[in-house]
Amino acid sequence: MLENLNIHIAGENALIIYFGEQDGSQVSANISAKVQQAEQLIRKAMAQSLAPDIIDLVPSYASLMVMFNMMTTDYHQIRNQLRTLLQSIDHHLKEQVNHDEANIVELPVYYSNESGPDLSIIAQRAQLTVEQVIELHQAQEYRVYAIGFAPGFAYLGEVDERISAPRLGTPRMKVPKGAVAIADRQTAIYPSVSPGGWNIIGLCPIDMFNAKATPTMPVNVGDRVKFIAISKDEFFTLGGTLEVSYE
Amino acid sequence: MSNSLLAQGFLVKQAGMLSLIQDAGRFGAFNLGLTNGGPVDLLAFQWANRLCRNTLNATAIEISVGGLILIAQVDTTLAITGANMPLTINGQTKGLWRSYHVKAGDEIALGFATQGVRCYLAVADGFNITPSFGSTATVCREGIGGLRGEKLLAGNMLACTCRDSHQNTHNNSHKNKNLILIEKLRPAYTDEIILHTVPSYQQRHFTSYQQRLFFSTEYTVSKSFDRMGYRLEGQAITCDVEGILSEGICHGAVQIPADGQPIVLLNDRQTIGGYPKIGAVSSVDTAKLGQLNQGGKVHFEPISMEQAHNIFHLNLSGFNRTELVTCD
Repeated sequence: MLENLNIHIAGENALIIYFGEQDGSQVSANISAKVQQAEQLIRKAMAQSLAPDIIDLVPSYASLMVMFNMMTTDYHQIRNQLRTLLQSIDHHLKEQVNHDEANIVELPVYYSNESGPDLSIIAQRAQLTVEQVIELHQAQEYRVYAIGFAPGFAYLGEVDERISAPRLGTPRMKVPKGAVAIADRQTAIYPSVSPGGWNIIGLCPIDMFNAKATPTMPVNVGDRVKFIAISKDEFFTLGGTLEVSYE
Repeated sequence: MSNSLLAQGFLVKQAGMLSLIQDAGRFGAFNLGLTNGGPVDLLAFQWANRLCRNTLNATAIEISVGGLILIAQVDTTLAITGANMPLTINGQTKGLWRSYHVKAGDEIALGFATQGVRCYLAVADGFNITPSFGSTATVCREGIGGLRGEKLLAGNMLACTCRDSHQNTHNNSHKNKNLILIEKLRPAYTDEIILHTVPSYQQRHFTSYQQRLFFSTEYTVSKSFDRMGYRLEGQAITCDVEGILSEGICHGAVQIPADGQPIVLLNDRQTIGGYPKIGAVSSVDTAKLGQLNQGGKVHFEPISMEQAHNIFHLNLSGFNRTELVTCD
């Protein structure tokens, strides 16, 4: 019998597995690691026995949605298969995460007032200097909890409480590609120009989503991300541009 | 001869309100944040392909509202299904739900829908579009699929193969005959539909009173309806929780935001989201919802997962059983 594993109905061709709390309302690296392990296990099975049956997997903070193919399987069959599959790794799922094993991705950021228009506001609120805010953002390794909202948009957590910042009252109409931003205790990089309400603290010259590249994204759910401050010159050398307007 | 090889396909003379290249949809890229796309009215899309003797996944055009004009640069066969849009070929009024042979130079024009919202235009062997992430489906919000991730624009060339009916005449004349779906077997588009809904996700965070309210209210399609979702208006529904940790959103999921007005999420929905969801509408019914305009009426009716499977498979066997007949 699996504790803390709940398979719920999502829709006619989708189930959602919640990890941790009954309704998956808890953010934690351990729960996220369980989501990741379950996803890897199912992907492995998809390469073999479950090949035609599972259409897509959607990992997020504390849940994993499984979309299945109604032409080859049904709700009862897929539910039983998932239970069996996940039961076999039950004891692994309960283990603590070994952070050393996670893939660590380093991403360069040009932090400055010109590339991060909200840096000074965050510093003021926290009664810190801009340099200290930049220091705190880099001090930590972040976990990729989820990817979604837009292609390549990775939700990273959690930032130091001192530099957490509520979303802007009025979202910007246009956030530049590569904008490194904070919302509450989450941080992210805008993969393309879009509207957005997060607080911008810098720019990253690395493509977070490139349809023509392999891999398409530098990070996956479960990876660890470390931000490294770079100078303006290094930012330009890496292909960054500053011809952006913050509307 | 060489000329026709250079410009094989259809030229977009007028793009209309919103015309999109679509195949059955993009699956397996949710982990990158890429949504499904694909035809909102999957049934009409599949009929268009069957009328052209295509595989059901062949690339076609979804025309929303209307106004598309194409000029054939090739001799081939095409079919249009779906909403009631006036069709003319070289100025002559024609019916939908059947195939036509067209020749290079022919002008195919769709007016504006009088009933329903979306039409599907398929050609023999499908349009020849390079897939992105395994699919040609256009999702404008993502800039993925179709032609450079955009809706069709005047001047676009849509490549397809030549299927000259005369060349093949001696091979198999029966295979060149046009096909029609007879009128009484066509889907009827009405202004009032039932959305069979499997209670799911955060269902237990809605009190039984709120659930009864939800399933007994008539909702109206608001002015905000598109391929991402249909925002409805009617009795507000309240949930015990305001937000949840962002999680995967399936096709047909019914989201209840803070204002209590339900949103049925469709093909171009965000892949993950943090609003509570009370259930998910069956795909047979989301196809019908996608043909409703502002002011259309819907009722949600709760069904079990078993009933949802029954509805799906009954419709599928009905579709497979229905035979097209040949016509001139």
